[in-house]
Amino acid sequence: MKLTQISVFLENRKGRLYDVCSLLGKTGINIRALTIAETESFGVLRIVVDKSDLAIQTLRKNNFVANLTDVVAIEVGDKPGGLAEILRVFADNDVNVEYMYGFVEKFSDNALLVFRFEDTDRAAKILADKGVKVVTRREIEGL
Amino acid sequence: MIWKKEIECMQPAELKKLQSDYLKKLIPYIYNNCPVYKKKIDDAGVKPDGIRSIDDIKRLPFTTKIDMRDNYPYGLFSNKGKDVVEIHISSGTTGNPTLVGYTRYDVSLWSEVMARSICCAGGEPGDTIQIAYGYGLFTGGLGFHYGALELGMRIIPTSAGQTARQLKIMQDFKPKVIACTPSYVLYMAEEAKAMGIDPAKGNWKIGIFGAEPWSESMRKEIEQVWNMSATDVYGLSEIIGPGVAQECTHKDGLHIYSDVFYPEIIDPKTDQEVEAGEAGELVITTLTKQAVPLIRYRTRDIVSIAFDKCKCGRTSPRISKIKGRTDDMIIVRGINVFPSQIEHVLLGIKGTQPHYQIIVDRKAHQLDEVEVLVEVEEKIFSDEVKKLNELSQKIKKEIEAALSIGVKVTLVEPKTIQRSEGKAKRIIDKRIM
Repeated sequence: MKLTQISVFLENRKGRLYDVCSLLGKTGINIRALTIAETESFGVLRIVVDKSDLAIQTLRKNNFVANLTDVVAIEVGDKPGGLAEILRVFADNDVNVEYMYGFVEKFSDNALLVFRFEDTDRAAKILADKGVKVVTRREIEGL
Repeated sequence: MIWKKEIECMQPAELKKLQSDYLKKLIPYIYNNCPVYKKKIDDAGVKPDGIRSIDDIKRLPFTTKIDMRDNYPYGLFSNKGKDVVEIHISSGTTGNPTLVGYTRYDVSLWSEVMARSICCAGGEPGDTIQIAYGYGLFTGGLGFHYGALELGMRIIPTSAGQTARQLKIMQDFKPKVIACTPSYVLYMAEEAKAMGIDPAKGNWKIGIFGAEPWSESMRKEIEQVWNMSATDVYGLSEIIGPGVAQECTHKDGLHIYSDVFYPEIIDPKTDQEVEAGEAGELVITTLTKQAVPLIRYRTRDIVSIAFDKCKCGRTSPRISKIKGRTDDMIIVRGINVFPSQIEHVLLGIKGTQPHYQIIVDRKAHQLDEVEVLVEVEEKIFSDEVKKLNELSQKIKKEIEAALSIGVKVTLVEPKTIQRSEGKAKRIIDKRIM
């Protein structure tokens, strides 16, 4: 089951991250997971939110460059070796992870991690075959 | 010393007679030898034998850079035969390059005006000159070379670059004159310090700097750090190369060699002559050139002109330092850059929009730096940083190939590039203080 991630282009200057977060806050959108990839002159903010359609509309209306990417959120046992267990599944099946990051909060005893794969459909199928628990869109919205 | 005293100190009435004589011969020569000009002159309704004095020049049509490009390669040549002994070609990235040719006489004219220039700056026969302008298709190196040869100097043709070697040559051979771009001489001062050489004890006493705009504050800086006299030289390859005008030791404007390069200052909007002292576009007619004589060539450089006699004794008119351009061209490290070249590159890269801004800066003691800001559009935006980096690398490479200078490319958010009256401000030149 795939989730929608929103990526936002951010220039490396003061207050830009604040601008995005306050805009989303005012619109009543809750950020579930977040990471920033930064370079010398710009950054890419990646977020998973409860209302992604509303979020992207609002961002674009306010002149942010933003797009949608399919990601998969996976429940990982919150114990030593929990992440390694999942990563072994990917390694064994030749699935390439572009990047990953953690959720802000968790809603069970497990940790929640967002994965961006090179080939999302293939990765999702392998996860389903192996019976790995992935988080559904409904769960994210209701978090 | 004054190299050609009888010309450079000529009485205005006599000078006018000389210019008139030249023009009377020039126009029939061009008319009979260059079909492109014949048509232009016919279209203007001018009969070549109706040109009797230099004042008649106003009736003649202008020549523009576009004429040069449209008639590439030989269309504007009045003599394109075996007599043409040298050609120079400027880089042209949008459309045709600009081609200029020289007969043996043209080369001797170039030698003559450059000899006048070096003398004007304070150089004399027997002095040693280090020529650190590029040699090659760029007219800087060879123009200085011919002039120094004519003057009877000892020439060290180092060309541009290899700073450590430039400095070693300065110390070992003690040349009195250095010729290069103003930013390069400041860069060399920094390098000298890093190598443990005190520039204030350097051997260069006279600098002849040009091929890019520079300010009075930069002159002060060069004169202080190198303990030398820094003078400005003006020229453009279409007219001859360097050697169109040059500052004397009083540094009160650049003496233009109006006996051979007749100057007019016009309002670029109305094409009418402005009052003496007012700023306008410099228009030049080459009165004696053979291979590619140009009639009323629009330089697009904004200057003012003064006709009073200079303290140095020369009566030749003096143009101011360049105050601006009528187009949006900028000169970076001696290379002409048009924003349209960058626009062209961006249009050629799939998904990019030509929303950009060029920032030219010259940090203290450094060479000019160019940064190109490019707005990121949704189509090219990616959640993956490596894809964005690949994109900015691609833009960088293509711009560098088009401009032949190194640039830094920075991706910025859309609509962050300042727009005034719906039109984006394309160039921020921080060098002009």
